[in-house]
Amino acid sequence: MEPLLAIAIGILFAAAIYMMLRRSIVKLVIGLMLLSNAANLLIFVSAGLTRGGPPLVPQGLTAPQGTVADPLPQALVLTAIVIAFGVLSFAVVLVRRAWEIVRADDLDRMRDTDT
Amino acid sequence: MQLAVLGGFVVAGMAPLLHRWFGARTPLVLSLLPASMMIWLLGLWPVIASGEAVLLEWAWVPGLDITLTFLIDGLSWLFALLILGIGALVLVYTGDYLHGHQDLPRFLVVLIAFMMSMLGLVLSDNLVTLFVFWELTSITSFLLIGFHHGDLSARKAAQQGLYVTAGGGLALLAGFVMLAQAGGSWSLAELTMRGDALRSHALYLPMLFCLLVGAFTKSAQFPFHFWLPSAMAAPTPVSAYLHSATMVKAGVFLLARLHPALGGTDAWTLSLSLVGAFTMATGAFLAIQHTNIKKLLAYSTVMALGTLTMLLGLGTPEALVAFVAFLLAHSLYKGALFMVAGILDHETGTKDVTHMGGLRHVMPRTAVVAAVAALSLAGMPPLLGFVGKELMLESALAATQYRVVIVGLTSVAAFLTLAVAAIVAFRPFYGALRRTPRTPHEAPPGMLAGPALLAGLSLLFGLAPGWLDGLVVATIAGLGATDHDVHLALWHGINLPLVLSLVSLALGLMVWRRWDRLRAHLARLRPFMARGPEAGYEALMAGMVAAAEWQTRMLQNGHIRNYLIVTLLTLLGLVGHALLFRHAPNLNVPVAAYPHEAVVAGLMVAGAVAACVMRSRLAAVAAVGIMGFSVALVFVLFSAPDLAITQLLVETLTVILLVLVLFRLPRFATLSTPTERARDLVVAGLSGIMITLLMFSVLGGERLPRISDFLVANSQPQGHGHNIVNVILVDFRALDTLGEMFVLALAAIGVLAMLRFHAESGGTAPTPPRESENG
Repeated sequence: MEPLLAIAIGILFAAAIYMMLRRSIVKLVIGLMLLSNAANLLIFVSAGLTRGGPPLVPQGLTAPQGTVADPLPQALVLTAIVIAFGVLSFAVVLVRRAWEIVRADDLDRMRDTDT
Repeated sequence: MQLAVLGGFVVAGMAPLLHRWFGARTPLVLSLLPASMMIWLLGLWPVIASGEAVLLEWAWVPGLDITLTFLIDGLSWLFALLILGIGALVLVYTGDYLHGHQDLPRFLVVLIAFMMSMLGLVLSDNLVTLFVFWELTSITSFLLIGFHHGDLSARKAAQQGLYVTAGGGLALLAGFVMLAQAGGSWSLAELTMRGDALRSHALYLPMLFCLLVGAFTKSAQFPFHFWLPSAMAAPTPVSAYLHSATMVKAGVFLLARLHPALGGTDAWTLSLSLVGAFTMATGAFLAIQHTNIKKLLAYSTVMALGTLTMLLGLGTPEALVAFVAFLLAHSLYKGALFMVAGILDHETGTKDVTHMGGLRHVMPRTAVVAAVAALSLAGMPPLLGFVGKELMLESALAATQYRVVIVGLTSVAAFLTLAVAAIVAFRPFYGALRRTPRTPHEAPPGMLAGPALLAGLSLLFGLAPGWLDGLVVATIAGLGATDHDVHLALWHGINLPLVLSLVSLALGLMVWRRWDRLRAHLARLRPFMARGPEAGYEALMAGMVAAAEWQTRMLQNGHIRNYLIVTLLTLLGLVGHALLFRHAPNLNVPVAAYPHEAVVAGLMVAGAVAACVMRSRLAAVAAVGIMGFSVALVFVLFSAPDLAITQLLVETLTVILLVLVLFRLPRFATLSTPTERARDLVVAGLSGIMITLLMFSVLGGERLPRISDFLVANSQPQGHGHNIVNVILVDFRALDTLGEMFVLALAAIGVLAMLRFHAESGGTAPTPPRESENG
């Protein structure tokens, strides 16, 4: 499964970067969303995939039995998902605000601080 | 002593406070500082005279081998004495020169700081410490040249001085590093004992080159001489102190210090003696073209610095004796002459010697002092300048290489200097009294005391040069010439140097008599002179500004896309190179996937691609949603329940947020040209391929021991939790999670602020009309 996901992640990154290179600010936001998902998956898959072994310790034991998935990348990605949401909501509101004031959708027209 | 120097910096900082207490007498009070340090130094004389060096050790940064150790031998003792002695006199002089000036406290702060930096420079034993003090003198010099900061020319001159000396400082630092690497020590005292090893080291020539650039820029040697005359924009006490007696001699001092370690080779002898001789002649030649008394003196300082460099280059014991005698003579007479120039400027209101005349009637004492100092500059008996000049001519005549060139340039410099002396000391004082912008009076005693004392010493040591024998012996011992008998004398008998002196006297007087006509002739050379090194400096600065503008236009162009493309292409170049040539990724990872897993991956890709191609905002958001939920499915399938829960929650919230805001956002528009889209597609595609290849090389690579094993084993026993991911978040990496909470809180505050701001200014901000979606 890993090679398949590696290719999928590559496509996700390409899509994200393509959208971030657009001049329209809304497309930039979409690119941002794609990029954060792609990055999260990248970290998750890089550690290797495990089927049917969630990193849980059964009641009454001090260590999980058998192979479990690597918990560290999961913890990192969990943090990243939440942060990405914070960034996204900020970006969305910022874009909305910029649109209200500048009335320009074109990033090329937002080159200085004078409106 | 280290404490005294560091304490001196503290005193410098307190100068404004002292000024509040003592008012106009502050400079006098402050002059007690150098005076007391001078007395301490004089107390060391018995040790110095016996030819021993005093090493005051003080570890500063032991781990980096940086010490604040002071090395006091004959050489640094002489320099320290000059710095403190002339410093005290300059402070007294400043009291009257800048009497009542509103910026006097600031001036004193920088002047005292300079004094301490210069003292640290000559006393330092450690190369790093020396360099720090070296740069401090450059900075304080910059501040002092630019003292009249309201004046454009003063600012330009200050900048020029700083760029030239600090640029040289960079070369010097490189030279010091090479020196320490080659010699295996940062201590000057140790390096001077390893001369043979240094001279035969492979780095000798680059090291010498860097050190010489540093020393030549500081000491205004050709072709870096131009900054010194410009620096005359500074108040006259500064010119007298920094730009004749002390700072500009730092380069010469460094060369003298390194003479035992690096001197004696052909490269050293040739570069120093030829550059020195050429600087001498250039300085003297440029001097007589000016009528501004300070510029005249500045160019004659350039000439004197050239002389000192040349003598070090010649390097024979006789030349070193001449070096010490000339150094001392120059410091005494040039300090005095600059102070006289300041008096003239102060009393008459002009710096132009052609506008002054007959001043001996109104200021007879100044006239006498000027005459004595100028006679020393001219090298006339019975003054110390004569002793120095005779020794210098003798050494030049004894040169073994390029003798004709050196003697020729030296003679030219000698008679032109004589003319300069005559112009400076006689032109303003003799002839008919001329009207000047201010009505001149005799100088106040505070201003006259300094030059009178210095001129008096010139005369005293000229009459009894034998008194200096001990000092000269101790100093040249520091230069590496031990066991050399020295007998300075005024009368050496009738010999070649004396004949040369007489010839230069005749020629110099001729130049003086015909100076006005000569200047008119020399004015024709202007277009040629305009192409000198100063023009090169201007071109370099202009070029730097142009290059900065060009690269700012190229890189800082305000287009996010361009920044992103440059960053991505750089990344692609570097990582791609490593992937292709260093660590080829292993593409033979077995694809072991169940059909449903492949479907999820396909859904994910389809969502991402659809988000890019959809022309409607709602469809694009829906496509992103599909991709987000597929990612959540991947988490479910591969043992990450916590991630799946979070992802589902966040995806849902995101979609709600977007749907809420979406209709207040502009519609999708096609703004880029097809060429731009193709370019972006190529960049994006290449980046995607790079990521995939990177993942393959990670997946096929070797697994390192995992930190996770520790986390898995300790989650329950130490963290008391059964969900390992949760334990990591709230226990093992709890601080990280705290930081995350702060980030989220900040984002929330930001969102709220932007929404609230809108609510308050709702009346003025145009609310966008609701648009209907028709994609």
